[in-house]
Amino acid sequence: MINKLWIFFIISGSIFLIINGKADVLNSQILSSGKTTLDLIMQIFPLLALWLGIMNIAKESGLLDKISKFISPLLSKIFPEIPKGHESLGLISSNIIANLFGLGNAATPFGLKAMESLQKLNPKKNEATRSMITFLVINTCGVTLVPTTIISLRMMHDSTDPTSIVMPCVIVTFLSLIIGLIIDRIFSRRYK
Amino acid sequence: MKLLSNLFIPVLVLTIIIYGAKKKLNVYDSFLEGAKEGLPMVVNMFPPLLAMILGINIFTNSGLVNEMFQFLKPLFYMINVPLEILPIAVMRPLSGSFGLALLNDLYTLYGVDNYLSILASIIQGSSDTTLYIITLYFGTIGIQKIRYALWAGLLADLFTVILSLIIVPLFF
Repeated sequence: MINKLWIFFIISGSIFLIINGKADVLNSQILSSGKTTLDLIMQIFPLLALWLGIMNIAKESGLLDKISKFISPLLSKIFPEIPKGHESLGLISSNIIANLFGLGNAATPFGLKAMESLQKLNPKKNEATRSMITFLVINTCGVTLVPTTIISLRMMHDSTDPTSIVMPCVIVTFLSLIIGLIIDRIFSRRYK
Repeated sequence: MKLLSNLFIPVLVLTIIIYGAKKKLNVYDSFLEGAKEGLPMVVNMFPPLLAMILGINIFTNSGLVNEMFQFLKPLFYMINVPLEILPIAVMRPLSGSFGLALLNDLYTLYGVDNYLSILASIIQGSSDTTLYIITLYFGTIGIQKIRYALWAGLLADLFTVILSLIIVPLFF
């Protein structure tokens, strides 16, 4: 799937640029993508290491297990395949909570850790499980109470009320999460 | 809300460290043990991210998307959807920075508190970069067969746009 999409992006974009005589743009896009990726990784890496360290304390002290047990009844409806009290539930909830508060750079390490933990439950290591996809959909829906980047962009443009978008954002994001979870459930039955 | 956001991280870090110390855990060693995993993780995420950024960069900078919208213009007039928000709706799942750049353009062109700008802000703010998240999470742990993940993610994104078109007029 990703393979086909990748081919489509590269071929269609390249041909369109060449036809319009913008081969120089194409050239610079190809050569600069490595630098762009490295910049992104350099942004992720320090905070990733930091949160993985903090998370490991929570794991080894048993705090994460406690959270997992506490959150189990709530999340087991959404993730029926994860055994009760499994550490991934604690990690999933940490990811969701960090996202809710608009802490994207803490949410990513928790999410990666949660995925790793779900991978331990996965019988086929190169294929995504149902729980992984459900967790992914929760993340792609961008559930948050504070859309921080949008608010700061609106402040930069001197909006009269930069936070006026928060309420409708929250409503839309939660409704789309519910729809996303329903779609996910329908698809998971279809793809058995 | 801002104070709560600012306090969240310090309180979280302190709680975890104090709890660890109370359980007589060597929290320092435990921290190092965890932080060490960061490097292999970024090493694993580099190739998939590089591939995706290469593809997305060529596609988004080609101008192909704008051309497609010109073609679709009459259709969208008919169903009363403002064409201006469409590039954002389409680009949002593909590229976070490109989406923000488009939003910035809209703010400059129409004014930040214009209805179109607000609608686009809410589309941008209530979803996330689906393709990036799939690449990052599945790429890092080595998942190759993503099954229906992309379809489920993109369909949910489509519903975000539809819901925004319904809900935003109720507020503004």
